[in-house]
Amino acid sequence: MNAAEGPAEGITTEGSTAADATRAEYCVIACAEAWRGNGEVLASPMGAVPSVGARLARLTFAPELLLTDGEALLVGPDGEVEGWLPYRRHLALVTGGRRHVMMGASQLDRFGNQNISCIGGWEQPARQLLGVRGAPVNTLNNPVSYWVPRHSPRVFVERVDMVCGVGHDNARAAGPSATRFHRIPQVVSDLGVFDFGTPDRSMRLVSVHPGVTVDRVREATGFALTVPADVPYTRTPTPAELRLIREVIDPSGTRDREVRV
Amino acid sequence: MTDRPAVRDKTMTPDEVAARLESGMTVGIGGWGSRRKPMALVRALLRSPVTDLTVISYGGPDVGLLAAEGRIARLVTAFVTLDSIPLEPHYRAARQRGAFALTEIDEAMFMWGLHAAANRLPFLPVRAGLGSDVMRVNPTLRTVTSPYEDGEEFVAMPALRMDAALVHLDRADRRGNGQYLGPDPYFDDLFCEAADTAYLSCERLVEPAELTKGGAAPQTLLVQRHSVTGVVEAPGGAHFTSAVPDRPRDEAFQRMYAAAAADPVAWAGFRARFLPPDGDESSYRRAVDAWHEEQK
Repeated sequence: MNAAEGPAEGITTEGSTAADATRAEYCVIACAEAWRGNGEVLASPMGAVPSVGARLARLTFAPELLLTDGEALLVGPDGEVEGWLPYRRHLALVTGGRRHVMMGASQLDRFGNQNISCIGGWEQPARQLLGVRGAPVNTLNNPVSYWVPRHSPRVFVERVDMVCGVGHDNARAAGPSATRFHRIPQVVSDLGVFDFGTPDRSMRLVSVHPGVTVDRVREATGFALTVPADVPYTRTPTPAELRLIREVIDPSGTRDREVRV
Repeated sequence: MTDRPAVRDKTMTPDEVAARLESGMTVGIGGWGSRRKPMALVRALLRSPVTDLTVISYGGPDVGLLAAEGRIARLVTAFVTLDSIPLEPHYRAARQRGAFALTEIDEAMFMWGLHAAANRLPFLPVRAGLGSDVMRVNPTLRTVTSPYEDGEEFVAMPALRMDAALVHLDRADRRGNGQYLGPDPYFDDLFCEAADTAYLSCERLVEPAELTKGGAAPQTLLVQRHSVTGVVEAPGGAHFTSAVPDRPRDEAFQRMYAAAAADPVAWAGFRARFLPPDGDESSYRRAVDAWHEEQK
């Protein structure tokens, strides 16, 4: 735990203290941080924890963010409509780059290639999943982060079976038109936070959530992960953030159904 | 009063639409996932002998049903989903047994393919697909280099031209003008413009004047009659997908569909009850109503 944000400071009249933050709430904070400093862009969260994170960021340190209602409207954090964003305009916004999406991943490899299409051979897959969806256009046009609620070697693989979201190696091989707007800022899992700040743009451990060891992250990752000498803990939620998460944004606890610890 | 020539009445039944489709055709299906799918027209297609189709769809249960019945030779799509249920069981099963050929493309590539077809262009350049396995699994895809100073390379997304398009809207008149009243037009107008023939089913058939009566905004008039061949009045014609604001998705029925689709015995029961060969759209509606009564 960060000494500067130790539990003593966290005691509030509402009874929420930083010390009792759950793993799901650390995940929410880690996801919210992905949108810090992004400015007036659409935060597109996929999954419960990123959705809570995006709204938390919007309500606190990133008030410029745009949010959707999950359908065709741009809305404020309390649902007030401020714009129209049907699929065709959403796709234009993607290619215009004014968006930072946090996608899911059935498989993710060390260079950030992501698969949500199928497991096994593409011609006749062992398991058909969703399909490539918008991952190819997303990754070449606007920042794409990833959220993995259950970190395991089955998700964090050496090679993905179908490249949907484009990783650093494949973007580089495809040339300047592919790398021009290509950016993968962050990967968040239930164990920690990762980025690609290595010389070959492969995945690096940035922080572990409290209660998680570096060894556990290594064991749950199916490829060689870069691990710095000093790995900090993921930032502790402030009492105000905890109150927002628990009482305002997610009182029904959708975050706890996605991350169980 | 002058004699004006009568305006052509394009109304027809779902089965008359299906009778105009032929095996081997390329058919586009509007809507998105499990939203505003022209299910009455798809059900009519299932009652017909038409097969060997190339289906172009942002896929939902339309794809699932056609796949389950073996009507698809090739599917062009970016995904198949039931939205509130992420994976379509019939589609999964069909893919896992290698039941048909797949052209798997990205959502934006799909949209630009529709734009190209609607604009009579052979392709449109897109910054999507490069570096992804979309290029590997579609070996016929080509790239194009910008002729300007930037010299950038893009994917040349081929036009998705179709023989027929099927869409479902909220309102339409007899001439083929179609109106959507929900929040998202999806790409239904583009489907109609990208097709040689287009068939539009609607929740309610109205007189032309009624489309804008009560102050409905003119931009809700999504589909114009020059791109429509036939109009079908089909209340609940998107069932069990959503057709908001008239009808939300029938989530209970969709759950039952998905459970049945994942089990061969249950599926035979579903098929016999809701999609019998001698049924029609009104018998389907009655069967659905009866099922809901039983659930109470």
